[in-house]
Amino acid sequence: MIKTDALIIGAGPTGLFTAHQLNIIGLKCEIVDNLDKIGGQCIELYPDKPIYDIPAVPECTGEELTNNLINQLKPFDVKFHLNERVDEVKNEKGYWHVKTNNGTVFYTPNVIIAGGVGSFEPRKFTPKECEQYEGKSIFYSIKDKNIFKDKTVSIFGGGDSALDWAVELSANSKVNLIHRRDEFRGAQSTLNKVYELEKEGRINLFTKYQLKNPKGNGKLDSIDIQNENKEIKNLKTDYVLGFFGLIMQLGPIANWGLNLNKKTIEVDTEKFETNQKGIYAVGDICSYPGKLKLILSGFHEGALAARACFKLARPDEKYRFEFTTSSSSILKRLGKKSD
Amino acid sequence: MPKITYVENNGKSHTVEIDKGLTVMEGAIQNNIPGIDGDCGGSMACATCHVYVKEEWYDKINEKSEGEDDMLDQAFEPNKFSRLSCQISVTDEIDGLIVDLPKKQ
Repeated sequence: MIKTDALIIGAGPTGLFTAHQLNIIGLKCEIVDNLDKIGGQCIELYPDKPIYDIPAVPECTGEELTNNLINQLKPFDVKFHLNERVDEVKNEKGYWHVKTNNGTVFYTPNVIIAGGVGSFEPRKFTPKECEQYEGKSIFYSIKDKNIFKDKTVSIFGGGDSALDWAVELSANSKVNLIHRRDEFRGAQSTLNKVYELEKEGRINLFTKYQLKNPKGNGKLDSIDIQNENKEIKNLKTDYVLGFFGLIMQLGPIANWGLNLNKKTIEVDTEKFETNQKGIYAVGDICSYPGKLKLILSGFHEGALAARACFKLARPDEKYRFEFTTSSSSILKRLGKKSD
Repeated sequence: MPKITYVENNGKSHTVEIDKGLTVMEGAIQNNIPGIDGDCGGSMACATCHVYVKEEWYDKINEKSEGEDDMLDQAFEPNKFSRLSCQISVTDEIDGLIVDLPKKQ
């Protein structure tokens, strides 16, 4: 069990700057994010797109903004828990017990939700029948590629993940690559390799087809794929992989008893606290009259939520407002010498 | 103002007037039409404003943006009339447009 002053859910720009604000005022925090990297939407959706409305930064990309925020956290000891999703939360005598899907448990008076529009989850196949095979024969990511050795694997998708795995797995497996149209969006060099392997008979390519339904009796046996003209093909297969990118879901947070407004969480504008004491929401995921979904608004919300955390984390101390330019205790936390 | 009709997957139809210059996605969000999320705010990064354009309208709306098909690969049950509604501009020419919404985004 990890004891901390505040737990931040979401490692996007708002979560990162909120961590900075907590540490500036002397509070420790840990950050959980479902993605495998730091940066949230800025990194996952638009790492190369320029952003023009960060104060005092005329132009920067999502990746540059993320790197700068990470650098700003360097003086502090902030622990990241990536690839983990927060599942359960319960209150015990004023402390929140927060459990992730990996079994990590946090014990904290403050939980700050900086979850953007939710956590990124893989998009899944349409047919309902797929659910019973998920995690057994149908996968949306690969943990151990050795299970596919000498088996037939049917890969769906048209991007880099689908193409890369088709090439990689063709070395030791029989591979079917199925995509809903003729054009692929992956790297041209990988695509050329796929066409080469198709000529050699190592990859079977089916374009303009989509999955109709999986077939089997408890164990996956084959799949039906269908094209726009409703023509159906049956392919024998042991495994099915789907690479359709990610979608954002509010996930288990929806069941925490918070007041929700569509996909956002209602907060007050003094502490950015939800209807649950000690649970705050900041950034795109929070809503209040006049809310703007701008990164700079997230920074402001995080700064105020951090001050609210102080009261619950240090009930016997009084919070005193100080500037980074002049406070010797803040300069010490930053590892700088004061005059 | 051009009128756009959004038909939910359960058949419920909403006809609303939308300011010219907005996109069909923005029109849905501003009018609280259920079934269009627009998570990324129109930057063509999420495929949660996917619609099926009625066949007779498909050739009358502006053409697909570069990269739109790549995003549609990730949409739920795309077909040949699929579009991202954030890439359809509202103009007088598309007054009366009808779009069907998918089962989910």
